[in-house]
Parts: sequence; structure tokens; C-alpha cells
Amino acid sequence: MAVTGNTPPGNFGPENPGKPGLLPADKARQVIWKSIGPRTPAEEGITVGTGNRPAPAPYQKYAPAMITTTTQKLFAMARANSLWPLQFGLACCAIEMISTYMAHHDLDRIGVVTWPSPRQSDVMIVAGTVVKKMAEPIRLLYEQMPEPKWVIAMGACATNGGPYWRSYSVVMGVDHIIPVDIYIPGCPPRPEALLDGIFKLQEKIQQDAKRSGQSGTAQAGDTATLEAPRPSG
Amino acid sequence: MRLLPEVLAPFSPQIAASYDDVVITVDKSKLVQMARVLRDDSRLSFDLMRLLTVVDYNDHFQVVYHLWSLGKRHRTVVKVDTPAAEASVPSVTSVWRTADWYEREGKELFGVNFEGHPKLEPLLLWEGFEGYPGRRSYQLFDYKEF
Repeated sequence: MAVTGNTPPGNFGPENPGKPGLLPADKARQVIWKSIGPRTPAEEGITVGTGNRPAPAPYQKYAPAMITTTTQKLFAMARANSLWPLQFGLACCAIEMISTYMAHHDLDRIGVVTWPSPRQSDVMIVAGTVVKKMAEPIRLLYEQMPEPKWVIAMGACATNGGPYWRSYSVVMGVDHIIPVDIYIPGCPPRPEALLDGIFKLQEKIQQDAKRSGQSGTAQAGDTATLEAPRPSG
Repeated sequence: MRLLPEVLAPFSPQIAASYDDVVITVDKSKLVQMARVLRDDSRLSFDLMRLLTVVDYNDHFQVVYHLWSLGKRHRTVVKVDTPAAEASVPSVTSVWRTADWYEREGKELFGVNFEGHPKLEPLLLWEGFEGYPGRRSYQLFDYKEF
């Protein structure tokens, strides 16, 4: 905002024309329009690219060159955005899980890619009824997964047995055999519910990293200074 | 189907109609011979056993065989009674191979001993499971912590 003239604007208008020390009305309108009206990029301080020389990226102008964080938070951000669930399903919940992976809901876009081996998996989505005969393999798969690892109990059966509550052959919730981070209600839950559960798990991973040292899955914390790319030229 | 009483006369069955099914109730000692006739007689040719199930009537068990003829496209039901104390029925795996897993399931859920079955092991339940969950006397909701 640039005000021309030696006197400050104010108390001007047609009712006091020609008063000494004040701007005339038409000049004052120009000043006001200059202050509230649209601005050119040059007035905004934005460098516009021309030809094959693009404008510098905004983060190079506004973001600091150095970001101080903890490795916990950084790793948590990476982990939360590349969750690899173990690829297995137990019952009808698995059908909903499969449809969540498919194009309509597309879990790939948030970095969730199924992996057919527990050795490289981060998340176990227990999708379906856990019968007692299957409890031992599930425990084995969970123990084969490397730390840090998380478990989503999907649906009523994996949460507490669901319709097979107190059955002779069904475990009353997968949390009887492995620790569970997220419970998703429903019988079976819709894909939106599974998506919401995965978002909640992402939040939980980052929350756990903020409460450093309190979480069982957080790593031993030491700080690091990370250098962001500097603007060139 | 009108031939059934004539063909099965040597086995002295009780033939009745229930809803739209023809139900043949036979003594268990004559089951396998009658099953073989039902399968091999060219006028009947019940070559597919669609279902085998066990019904618990508290005082006795009833084994029910649902038969289907792929060529003739007709069906029938065979029922065999057995006392609950020593539940045993001759196996029909020699007649219909598909009876194999059905009889294993009948054994593990109801405790009916299918005599002559080649390998009467539990099919679905795990090793060491005690009791027969399909029976009415089985205590449901008696959850044992895993």
C-alpha cells in the first residue's frame, strides 16, 4: 500500500472540499482503491515465471531452510503413510477388505499396499471370524511380523466374537491372542468404515510418536536436524 | 419314482411322501445294499449324494441322505435311524465317494460312528476337541477361555 502525498488520508469527502491538508475526493478514491483493490503480482512480491524459466516454488520462499524434528516423528510420518497390511482374510469381512483395496475405494492412494508375507508387513487386518483352530496360525503370523506392528480388528467377530459370541469354536475377539490397536464395528463393516479405521491408525501412529517414550511401538528417541533443499539462485 | 416300492421290496423300506420329497426309511443293516441298488438300477440311477446330515431326536439319531439323479433329474431322501446310546450307521463311502467328508463331519459334530469309513478323523474341529457340539445335550454358551 502506497499513499502518495504528504498528508495522511482521512476525513475527506465532498462535504469538506478544499479543506487545507486533506486530499481531494477523487484523489482519495484512488488511494482507497489502491489499498483495497486487486494487486498485480509484482505488488504482491510474487515472482512470475516467464518462458521456460518457471517461478521458484513457494516453499523455497516461505519454508525455512532447516527443520528441527525428532526421528520419532519423522519415522512415524513415514510409517503412517506407507502401511503394508498382511494379505489375508478369514471370513466375509475379507470381501469388504478386498473391495476397499480395489479401484472404487483404492487404499493404494494412501500408501496402503497389501503384502503376502508377514516378514515385510506393518499392519495385520484381522478381517473375519477367528476360530480357535485358526488362533494359533494368527499368533504365529503376528509374531513373524517385524516391529513396529499394528493390528486392526475388523468387524464384530474379530472384536468380540460377534454373532458367534460364546461359541464352542470361536475366539471371543482377536484381542484374546494378540494386542489390537483399532477396532472397527460392523458386520461386516463397509469399506468406508475400514478406510476410517486406517485413518485412525495413521493418527494413532503419529500421536504415539509425539508422546515419545510412552508408546510401546516408538523407537528410542534421539533428535536430528534435517536440512531442507535451499532455493537455488 | 413309482418303481421305488417294487425295486426296493427286498429291503422292506417305509416309503412316504413329505412335502415334495419321497422319503425312504430303512433299517441300517440294509442301508448299503439298498444304496447300491439305488445307484446302479438303470431306472433309478441316483448317482449323486447331494447331502448327508444327522438329526438329533434326543432318544435317537437320524441320518438323512439326499439323493439326486443327474441323468433322470429326480431326487429322493433316505433316512436311517440309530439309537442315541451307541450311534452307528454303516458308511456309504463305498457307494458314493462324496459321503467321505459328510460322514467325518457327522462323526465330529454328532458322534455317529460310520462303520467302514476309511478314515474317520475330525474334519473341521481341531485335534483334542472333546464333546459333540451338534448334539442337543451339548452345553452351548459354555465358553472355555482359549
